[in-house]
Amino acid sequence: MYTQGLDQKGEAVSGASETPEQLAAFQARIDAEEKIEAKDWMPEAYRRTLIRQISQHAHSEIIGMQPEGNWLTRAPSLKRKAILLAKVQDEAGHGLYLYGAAETLGVSRDQMVADLLAGRAKYSSIFNYPTLTWADIGAIGWLVDGAAIMNQIPLCRCSYGPYARAMIRICKEESFHQRQGFEIMLTLCRGSEEQQAMAQDALNRFWWPSLMMFGPNDANSKHSAQSMKWKIKRFSNDELRQKFIDVTVPQAEFLGLEVPDDRLYFNEESGHYEHSDIDWQEFFDVIAGNGPCNKQRMAKRRRAHDDGAWVREAARAYAAKRAARDVA
Amino acid sequence: MTPDDALTRYATRLGDNALVLGQRMIELVAASPELEEELANANFSLDYFGQSRMFYTFAGEREGEGRDEDDFAFLRPEHEYRNLLLVEQPNGHFGDSTVRAVLFESFYVLLLDALTRCSDEGLAGIAARAIKEVRYHLKHSSQWLVRLGDGTEESHERVQESLDSLWSYTGEMFVADELDDIVRDAFEGPDLEAIARQWRHAVTAIVNASTLTLPDDGWMASGGKQGRHTEQFGYLLADLQNMQRAYPGVAW
Repeated sequence: MYTQGLDQKGEAVSGASETPEQLAAFQARIDAEEKIEAKDWMPEAYRRTLIRQISQHAHSEIIGMQPEGNWLTRAPSLKRKAILLAKVQDEAGHGLYLYGAAETLGVSRDQMVADLLAGRAKYSSIFNYPTLTWADIGAIGWLVDGAAIMNQIPLCRCSYGPYARAMIRICKEESFHQRQGFEIMLTLCRGSEEQQAMAQDALNRFWWPSLMMFGPNDANSKHSAQSMKWKIKRFSNDELRQKFIDVTVPQAEFLGLEVPDDRLYFNEESGHYEHSDIDWQEFFDVIAGNGPCNKQRMAKRRRAHDDGAWVREAARAYAAKRAARDVA
Repeated sequence: MTPDDALTRYATRLGDNALVLGQRMIELVAASPELEEELANANFSLDYFGQSRMFYTFAGEREGEGRDEDDFAFLRPEHEYRNLLLVEQPNGHFGDSTVRAVLFESFYVLLLDALTRCSDEGLAGIAARAIKEVRYHLKHSSQWLVRLGDGTEESHERVQESLDSLWSYTGEMFVADELDDIVRDAFEGPDLEAIARQWRHAVTAIVNASTLTLPDDGWMASGGKQGRHTEQFGYLLADLQNMQRAYPGVAW
């Protein structure tokens, strides 16, 4: 579903063999808006940054299937069930081709999955929040996919070709998801009082976590400057967050819902909405593993992986037998 | 029962099989052994929900009482669901759900194939659409059965157990009741005796290719087609129907 400006502990990157000439030539290609392809020379730090970002994005798609999957068996109509199922299927597909894009950088899917399961890799903080009512499925589509699109549209122009191309395809599907989510909210808001209350409650719970999806404030985002220089990132976290708020607040008004921020107002002078400070402690807690669902999301992922071990082993054994038979 | 009435109920029963199997399959979302299987499982269950919607809509239109697909799917009591007991069986492990798929789908493709030649154009049309999907599902599930059966010692043992335990739910598929008889006679519908022979032949081939042993035909469970279900079915319905029961009469 989406990538996030997550900071991790700085790792020592060996770029010892990289000459100033190589680095300058690389930057010149970036500045000329050339796409970097898998076989091209690239600085080790650029490669590492991309692997981290793309694999986090892929993990987010996979973990993101859980909060929505939580409502698949209970979706309130066959049409809604089919739409949600198609969405969850898209997310698995996004995971698959994002892992594929990351593999072009020389890391295997098995390694990336191992990193996730061992807790070494991150995924988007938003998926550590529970989906308590059907309206949460609407709110996730509307807000979470909406925020994802804000983040991802610029990634379609990312300097790394395989990632940019994957994002073009993903963005098309995400905007479809976003419209479907909004349509769920609209149906609820035009429905019974109970449905309206359900929609408002979902907005109350998902508003702030959605804003956190853009990552820390620019002043505290240590990877941002270099990523901007490499044109992996095109806009800062705060710019994207502001854009999201400016677009989303009028949508909430159209729905007849109240954004849960007493200090939210439209600044005529700047042409932007002003909002309260984000509770960054909550964000850092969730990132550190202390969100409402971190443990259960990871436990479910690990369980699925462990339960499938004998199946994968059987598939490998069968493939080996077949190969041996084909030779004989 | 009039032939028209029987055809409506028959289509509802087909919708029930597709709905209930689809519902079981989505319980598996985010729990597949491989990412590629996540996609396949979601894709196939989406097909089953699509089929259930077509069968229910067909039944609702013929019945003419204003019931739509959701009325059939969400607002009937347990005994009015007439799906086979096989499709409501809990997912168990990957071998269990694979065997369930192979046993049902190898029957269902034959049934759909016969239905494409029935005299009711509407039902034949739905069958023609559905069979393309189910042929592909069966290919996929059969390939997995072969991998598991002919994989490791552990996988072989596990999947043989799955086959042995689910076998007793296969008999019901071929026991013709009043609906089957009327649809066969009045609409040139499927002949379950012929399908039973074809099914045994097909399943024997898959089981042999999987290096597994075909279980003996012993006691066979039945009741699904009459609305007498297994204990687990009530929980499946509770989950499925929850929203429609908790908030009756609103649009979603």
